[in-house]
Amino acid sequence: MSQTARAAERAARDSYGRLLAFLAARTGDIALAEDALAEAFAAALTHWPTRGVPDTPDAWLLRVARNSMTDRQRHIARFHSPEEPPEMAAPDNTEADALPDDRLALLLVCAHPAIARDLHTPLMLQTVLGLDAATIADVFMVSAPALAKRLVRAKSKVRDARIPFVIPGPDALPERAEAVMEAVYAAHTVDWLAPLDMMGGEALYLAELLARLLPDLPEARGLAALIAYGHARRAARVVDDVLVPTDQQDVALWDADLWRYGDQHLTAALAHAAPGRFQIEAAIQQVHMARAATGATDWTALNKLYFALLQVAPSAGALVAQAVVTGKVHGSAAGLAALDAAAGSIGAEVQAMWAARADLLAEAGEVAQARAAYDQAISLTQDVPLVRFLQARRAALNG
Amino acid sequence: MRYTFLLYSDPADFADMTAEDWEAEKQLYGAYIAALNEAGAFLDTDWLQPVSTATTLTTKGGTRQVQDGPFAETKERLGGYFAVDVPDLDAALAWAEKCPAARHGRVEIRPSAMGEG
Repeated sequence: MSQTARAAERAARDSYGRLLAFLAARTGDIALAEDALAEAFAAALTHWPTRGVPDTPDAWLLRVARNSMTDRQRHIARFHSPEEPPEMAAPDNTEADALPDDRLALLLVCAHPAIARDLHTPLMLQTVLGLDAATIADVFMVSAPALAKRLVRAKSKVRDARIPFVIPGPDALPERAEAVMEAVYAAHTVDWLAPLDMMGGEALYLAELLARLLPDLPEARGLAALIAYGHARRAARVVDDVLVPTDQQDVALWDADLWRYGDQHLTAALAHAAPGRFQIEAAIQQVHMARAATGATDWTALNKLYFALLQVAPSAGALVAQAVVTGKVHGSAAGLAALDAAAGSIGAEVQAMWAARADLLAEAGEVAQARAAYDQAISLTQDVPLVRFLQARRAALNG
Repeated sequence: MRYTFLLYSDPADFADMTAEDWEAEKQLYGAYIAALNEAGAFLDTDWLQPVSTATTLTTKGGTRQVQDGPFAETKERLGGYFAVDVPDLDAALAWAEKCPAARHGRVEIRPSAMGEG
């Protein structure tokens, strides 16, 4: 790859979200901004290799995109709609560094309550990271044409219902930011067991961005830490296509840089003394990571943290995890009792509950019941590494 | 006596309309509004964007819940309407939240298709 082509690609990766947010925030029209930016990048690929990379690539891209937008708006104004074209600041020689960062406003629009919840993450991946609908559909295992259509409609709604690109006041911001964090978290979990954990990297990018944009929101930093810890273990999570539980992973495969990065964010978050769901979840992961230093998992610490998590953000997953930890601390009978106590609120279709029950029954020597529970757990998942792991456990039952 | 007309139609009936058809349709409505005005009967009207731009809000149960899409009619029935002029959807949502109807029912918010002014 030539120097100029590399520069173009680097500019693309670094600038895409920033430029798109800037253009979309000023027109309220994400699709228009996307089309204009695509045209600008195409122009860059044509012009830069022959004429050289401009001193300020972002400013160059912005100028071309703005011109294209103005043309499109004129076109739209002439043929389709009697309405005035959206207002655009006059094109100038804005330096890339001076470009305001509107990505927080864009993230908030993507996770606006007036946009269907299951589109929050795909919209973010498409607009901030520039992923195409087909890639996103692949990761979320949905139909690509259907997702593409829904994304187009969502962007039209943003424009037509005039969802504003603004940072809400301090009374509304935490709730709106919560939706952004939920969507980033969803990106983090979506291909958890895929070998590349591509979305883990993308989620980390978004979480890092959000933590930078909202440095005083401890939960944003907690989320960045949580995702960093998870992503740090990506190489250890699945070995030979079989899932490896966190407490049995080879710590040599964990990414020490990401571990440190997670620690930095979590320490900074906890300094605010305003704990929340993501900080507690990050603290749980930090305890798991600490095994790399101490050689043992501190189940008592995990027990306390899961107790705290259940107070703040009760969920089926947390209830199951709490029962597993109870089993580690107080024995399988206590763990099974905890699962029984929580069974009503967990629901019979939760795969993790059956896997946990099977493990606890196996430990208690209830081989027949354990086998049935493993069968149930296997029947409730399509994830190959998880299925193989459960089959191995089932096969290891004695008797 | 004030009466409110709620205008229902099947979007499929408009799918093939050309720009000229729309213009003609608008002129029909313009003439109708003029006639109402002349008779001193006109109060307020609006033409709404498609249902895909709808947002529904309720504060039933004490917390504000917002969802994408129109209100799917169940037990609740349309009982009235407000037309407001605000800068954006967030402002519209804030007013919808204050609407007494949101406390025990739902408020569907649809942007106007009439443009500015």
